[in-house]
Amino acid sequence: MTDVKLADVSGPYFGEYGGRYVPEALIAALDELETEFRKAADDPAFAAELQRLHREYTGRPSPLTEVPRFARHAGNARVFLKREDLNHTGSHKINNVLGQALLVKRMGKKRLIAETGAGQHGVATATAAALMDLECVIYMGEEDTRRQALNVARMRLLGAEVVPVKIGSRTLKDAINEALRDWVANVETTHYLLGTVTGPHPFPEMVRQFHRIIGEEAREQVLQRAGRLPDVVAACVGGGSNALGIFNAFLDDEDVELRGFEAGGEGIESGRHAARFSGGALGVLHGAKSYLLQDEDGQTLPSHSVSAGLDYPSVGPAHSWLHDLGRATYEPVTDAEAMDAFRLLCRTEGIIPAIESAHALAGALRVGQQAAADGRTGPDGEPLLLLVNLSGRGDKDVATAARWFGLLEEGAAAEELERQEGRG
Amino acid sequence: MTTAAETTAGTAALIERLRREENRPALVGYLPVGYPTVERSVEALKTLVDHGVDIIELGVPYTDPVLDGPVIQAAAQGALDAGARVPDVFRVVAELARYAPHVPVLVMTYWNPVLKYGPDAFARDLAAAGGAGLITPDLIPDEGADWLAASEAHGLDRVFLVAPSSTTERLRLTVGATRGFVYAASLMGVTGERNQVGSRAEQLVADTRAAGAENVCVGLGVSNGTQAAEVGRFADGVIVGSALVRPLLSDGPLTDEQWAARLTDLTEVTEDLAAGVRSARATAPAGATVVPEEVP
Repeated sequence: MTDVKLADVSGPYFGEYGGRYVPEALIAALDELETEFRKAADDPAFAAELQRLHREYTGRPSPLTEVPRFARHAGNARVFLKREDLNHTGSHKINNVLGQALLVKRMGKKRLIAETGAGQHGVATATAAALMDLECVIYMGEEDTRRQALNVARMRLLGAEVVPVKIGSRTLKDAINEALRDWVANVETTHYLLGTVTGPHPFPEMVRQFHRIIGEEAREQVLQRAGRLPDVVAACVGGGSNALGIFNAFLDDEDVELRGFEAGGEGIESGRHAARFSGGALGVLHGAKSYLLQDEDGQTLPSHSVSAGLDYPSVGPAHSWLHDLGRATYEPVTDAEAMDAFRLLCRTEGIIPAIESAHALAGALRVGQQAAADGRTGPDGEPLLLLVNLSGRGDKDVATAARWFGLLEEGAAAEELERQEGRG
Repeated sequence: MTTAAETTAGTAALIERLRREENRPALVGYLPVGYPTVERSVEALKTLVDHGVDIIELGVPYTDPVLDGPVIQAAAQGALDAGARVPDVFRVVAELARYAPHVPVLVMTYWNPVLKYGPDAFARDLAAAGGAGLITPDLIPDEGADWLAASEAHGLDRVFLVAPSSTTERLRLTVGATRGFVYAASLMGVTGERNQVGSRAEQLVADTRAAGAENVCVGLGVSNGTQAAEVGRFADGVIVGSALVRPLLSDGPLTDEQWAARLTDLTEVTEDLAAGVRSARATAPAGATVVPEEVP
């Protein structure tokens, strides 16, 4: 791969990671999907239609916002946020969903299924299904339907069927299991619109492709605004789609440091986290070989995070590859650190981030403060330039934050909150 | 008396002997290790052997069984909750090999437990325990280089799956990588009992044979003796899982008496299936009771 840029490496393998560890019954559909994906990639009409949707429906390009009041807490750094939170449906997820939904139309399938953790991908999928007149079923762990009750209602408003998954750990991992079972049974009529850069080939490569626009826009915007490339790019990493989307444009810029922040939950030592690169090892889950939280028998360990979207025991194979190459580094951010950064952005900039994205913000604070302590700056003594992917907005997280910070009076409001959440 | 040759020849020799000497398909019966406990799972497995199952498919409980329906999911989760571990698999295989050396034991496992254990170490320990090989529902031959090498080194069967969606090219690839028999999924879906066995099963068996397979067994959805007879008409073996697991399912611990009653239920289901495979190609009307041959 001497001539291939890191940004263009294609599946099925990223280094030793990736592959297709799925039942034979799905292989024909994966082959069909890959063929359609490659045909579309060469078809200007496909690119034009996707661009039109990005512009007229999603509202791309998403802005780049400098956040100086927030940056005061990050050493002497300048901090820019890539505002994927301002996309239609409130997160970066729509980029991938629209791309895959257009492929589904080309393949002539009529039914979409998807998993969701925080609900962002489910909402985006339900949205695309409504837009393109497709039947839509969303699998969501019962635990997550409770944590993200508002997004359940949102998906149902959009006409999707939401199926609470009541087996296993009742979170994202089990939602994916159920979606895979549905897909095996209905693969001839149904597309599994996988929401992140995990899963069997071609999903990791295809989903990266649909999100690379994040980094491509951000790179151009930073160059225009700051006159140079960022020193550090920070993103949260659950499955890893927003991170890969923004990293990808900088993979071949050796001087740009790429930092991924995983859910440290209650701390690595507590065992309650989703930090695959701190506590995981090579394994297979949901069709891909990657870093995985597992016990000594190869059983998947339950992950934990205050943010449903990062609460996943494995990670996209391209991240495992970048980790091993040393091209990107990955470290945990605890629930408490993420929630502090969440509140800080609210109060300094008037932006309520998704709790997932707050992990990237906490990481940026850490990077900036460490740089200040080390006397590290940008070139020629300029302030360090941090680019953070603000992958989603926090409307869905208001209930969690209210409880975390004790924002509601005892009594009516709190009870109403409990009641709504309990309904799932 | 069982000869040494039979204990080491794997599943193909048994299937071929049944075809030649009894003109019937093999009955392949699935149960997971460790449900409801390791000891009781051994009793249940012995019940299968005693009442007409020809080949044991021993499941390794796994947290994320994406090709299994609710019944087997529940049993796998129950086994894990009760503390079942991967080394229990080898212990149970060895016990079955002592109890019924004429009955090959295939281990059915998702890939990650094997990957974690080390494919070669897994193959070595399985062979040492007297196991016949592996059935790998989420490992396609394309990803199976480690397993092909390990199974070759330790003389184990490799049972890969084919599905109604498999192309001719993939059937050839899978048949070429298989040793023992090819597992043909009767329908597109997960394990579980169905009112009807998939109508595409017969065509898939024919296509798999055309791709070069000598032995093709059919699984997914076979629930009773009538269906076993129907499938056994064209398949070399009939694979049954959920219908055997269901009688054992319970929400809480069972007393010895309750457990004995479950084993009685399991015996009935097993005998019905055993009669089914024994009437599949007989001239006697389907459903006629045939007493399983006594085990030696």
